[in-house]
Amino acid sequence: MFTREFNDPTCQDVREVGGKSAGLAQMTAAGLPVAPGFAVTAAAYRAYLQTGGLQEFTRGVLDGLGTGREQSAFDDADRDISERFTRMPLPDSVANAIRAAYAKLCEDTGVDNIAVAVRSSATAEDSVGASFAGEFETWVDIVGADAVLEYVHKCYVSVFAGRVLSYLAEKEIDPHAIEMAVVIQKTVRARAAGVMFTLSPTSGDRSKIVMEASWGLGLSVVGGEVTPDRFVVDKVGLGIADRVVGNKIIEYRRGDAPVDVPAERRDVLCLQDDEVVALATLGKKLERIHQAPQDIEFAVDEELPEGSNLILLQCRPETVWSNADRKPAFDATAGMMSWITGSISGATAPPAHAHDTSHQH
Amino acid sequence: MTETTPDSAARFPFFNESTTPAGGAGWESMYPYYLVPSEETTEHENAQFWFADTMHWSRGCHPFDSIGAEAVYLGVGTFSTRIFALPVSLGLDVRVVNGYVYISPLGVEDPARIQERVAIFQERAGYYYANWDELYGKWKNKMEGAIDSLRTIEFPRLTEYDPAEVVTEARGRSSAMAVIENYHRLIDEFFSIWQYHFEFLNLGYGGYITFFQFCKQAFPLISEQSISRMVAGVDVLAFRPDDELRKLAALSHELDLNSIITGDSGPEAILAALAETTNGRTWLAAFEEAKDPWFNYFAEYGFTHDQETWASDLSIPLQGISRYAVKIAAGEDISRPIERLRDERDEIVDEYRALLTGDEARQFDELLGLARKVFPYIEEHNIYVEHWSHKVFWEKAWDLARFLVDAGFLDTAEDMFYLNRFELDTALFDVVDSWAIGVPARGKKRWQAEIARRRPIVAALQAASAPPAYGIPPQQVTDPFAVMNYGVTTERVQDWLGASDGATDKLNGIPGSLGIVEGPVRVLRSEKDLPLLLPGEILVAPITAPSWAAAFAVATGVITDIGGMMCHAAIVCREYGIPAVVGTGFATARLTTGQRVRIDGKAGTVVVLEPAPDTTRASDTAAAVR
Repeated sequence: MFTREFNDPTCQDVREVGGKSAGLAQMTAAGLPVAPGFAVTAAAYRAYLQTGGLQEFTRGVLDGLGTGREQSAFDDADRDISERFTRMPLPDSVANAIRAAYAKLCEDTGVDNIAVAVRSSATAEDSVGASFAGEFETWVDIVGADAVLEYVHKCYVSVFAGRVLSYLAEKEIDPHAIEMAVVIQKTVRARAAGVMFTLSPTSGDRSKIVMEASWGLGLSVVGGEVTPDRFVVDKVGLGIADRVVGNKIIEYRRGDAPVDVPAERRDVLCLQDDEVVALATLGKKLERIHQAPQDIEFAVDEELPEGSNLILLQCRPETVWSNADRKPAFDATAGMMSWITGSISGATAPPAHAHDTSHQH
Repeated sequence: MTETTPDSAARFPFFNESTTPAGGAGWESMYPYYLVPSEETTEHENAQFWFADTMHWSRGCHPFDSIGAEAVYLGVGTFSTRIFALPVSLGLDVRVVNGYVYISPLGVEDPARIQERVAIFQERAGYYYANWDELYGKWKNKMEGAIDSLRTIEFPRLTEYDPAEVVTEARGRSSAMAVIENYHRLIDEFFSIWQYHFEFLNLGYGGYITFFQFCKQAFPLISEQSISRMVAGVDVLAFRPDDELRKLAALSHELDLNSIITGDSGPEAILAALAETTNGRTWLAAFEEAKDPWFNYFAEYGFTHDQETWASDLSIPLQGISRYAVKIAAGEDISRPIERLRDERDEIVDEYRALLTGDEARQFDELLGLARKVFPYIEEHNIYVEHWSHKVFWEKAWDLARFLVDAGFLDTAEDMFYLNRFELDTALFDVVDSWAIGVPARGKKRWQAEIARRRPIVAALQAASAPPAYGIPPQQVTDPFAVMNYGVTTERVQDWLGASDGATDKLNGIPGSLGIVEGPVRVLRSEKDLPLLLPGEILVAPITAPSWAAAFAVATGVITDIGGMMCHAAIVCREYGIPAVVGTGFATARLTTGQRVRIDGKAGTVVVLEPAPDTTRASDTAAAVR
């Protein structure tokens, strides 16, 4: 089995699909929406290496390196292997499986020749214990089955890239212990996107979820290039407590360059109420899974059908307020009567409605 | 660019700068002197901030009715200043100006005196908090006793010869003595009831405010509504009258009586039609059963002699029943699912609690316990005081008025309310004394002339609406009671200052109940006009008492002149899930029936979307409903 869809439970097997794929499969299983797609398994990579004596060839080249640590030697090995790999296409069994899975993705999303991201999802024997974070490449906007095959192939080649070889040598990891699974995932076409905190970033109020969003990709929000729309949602009850229209002058339709937002859309809220509530529900869920307030990037995909168009892109723990020491309102040693006395003495009259102010990401 | 700086000199007019409405001149002579601004007290008055208590008196009050202003603020004062010694708050000073009641919170500033009061407060209030449930039980007994005592009051009519029993029982004193005695008892019991009212009220608010402060610290952006939802009872006395209407509507549907009950032939005809069938009689029995005590219920708070209770004007409850019956017929479920509401409340509490640290959660539990202990009083006391006690008080007052008519002293019973309580005492003595001596009452012409003079004055005062405030506004409104109960916040006071220049496209108030709604408004100054309210309209009123709940079934939103998030109206609006903006100061004066507005119950704003349609059309619609 060379491909596994994210919603396939066996796609949570890290050993077989790599950490990245398994993470996406886990999120999918938890009901958290990620851009749809599938994993090309480690088995597919193994099948490739067993084609036309590739494995023996690479072993020969790498053995030739001995214990040298010269970057130029790694680069030479890279060139030799890459040249050999380039002449060796994916075996039909693997190629057909990927073509079939890609066709199904197009069918499921209703988008012909859907643009996808091809992302490395390296895996290794458990004994290896390294993350390879950032070592391998990701390509976006890959269109068509032929192109997908081409970029899966590039992923395989990238295992033997010069800088990877030197990184592995540094860690004393045998490159053959690494198996390259690959993530094939729809490229997000954001109608709108933004950032969500599962607390109020300005006041630290954990009973609020605050979102900032703008048209297009989230780059404009994160980069502070627009005044985004702001939404405040009550974590308890999920009522929208506040909507503040921003001034969304530009948007990124693609990752490269921004375009002007037409005047009539600039001061129109970029998220509908039901989208805000659905996103807040996701935020709440993520917070519960991770047991701490989260900082989440999301997008509303314009190609996916309504109801399945909210996409989570990234999720990490919120650090500013979560790590701050919190004390209850009253001195625990003073006792109830002292608390009451303070409260009715108007020292802190109930504040009028504090407003969450904009935050920069 | 010019920067706007807050105008620290901005103030409201002083009392001695107020304008009396045309025809209202001479109003000062109608009320006890200490309720009227005077030269002797000008310096103090002009140093204070006064806001209109239209929550209790939504219209200019008759001389007799000013007794409420005395009783309420005697009650607040004694308990805040002298009994529990609230550390930084004395009582609320009170004046009547152009017929409207104005109050002014008085603070304590001297640190040594505050210190002294803290010690007394903690000891005395501590005793009440520690024994709350037991003392609240005693309170209910005291109230029931006071109501029973009021019920025994009677004013025996004066006859040519005193009854024979005076002789055969050798009483040794005339039965007419009871008239004067019982008048004094009537007044004294009324004052007692208002003492009891404040025995618990500020302590109740104190307990709630402490929980409130905790929540605001733990969750700086939490809404007032969310806090009160964690505390509010779901099965409290305050909802009973309305629940009775719902039950009767369900019974009407069950017995197939909707065609009669939703008819518009008036209460007498409806009740007569019901009496003709077996099902109708079954329903009538349930209706009678519900009446006492649940229809002893004022549509407002029963501070004026001319307010109807549901029992005295059956068209009010019948109209509510009819509205619910229509909903049931349309397939709506109008029952209040107590269990579900309670579960929802517990879920909300659990979710907030789960967001707290261990230390916070311990304090949260303690304070939620306190708030829930005191909250039943906050929710229930109105039923005992403003509804049940006031009902008997006014019944007896009207009986006294008829006594004066029977004695030939007044032409109509209504006339009596043009005398204040001291004048009435004098007149009553005159009537009894003159009867005893055997001469015509000596002040009959004198008082009738005075009443004739006062009648147009009161009418003129009532035709005008009250400016929201007088005097010098505080930099900060820090009195938590003023904020909680009356909705008088720093922002509100600033709005009032700004709004005096007449901008009418937006009104700011207190967020009473969440939600946004647009629609035409229906401005109602009195509960008597309630039948005018049409489905889909936004109700605009000086206040909304819980007894207006049946009207909430058709109103899509509520706007009031006065009230805070803890005022009874806001509590009930939240219960029924209707957006409400309370404490706007001006809504009844600035909005006209038919005008379209958008109200935002979260922001506490009312935006006027279009001007009022011409008035003839509005009144045509009103006539059609009648």
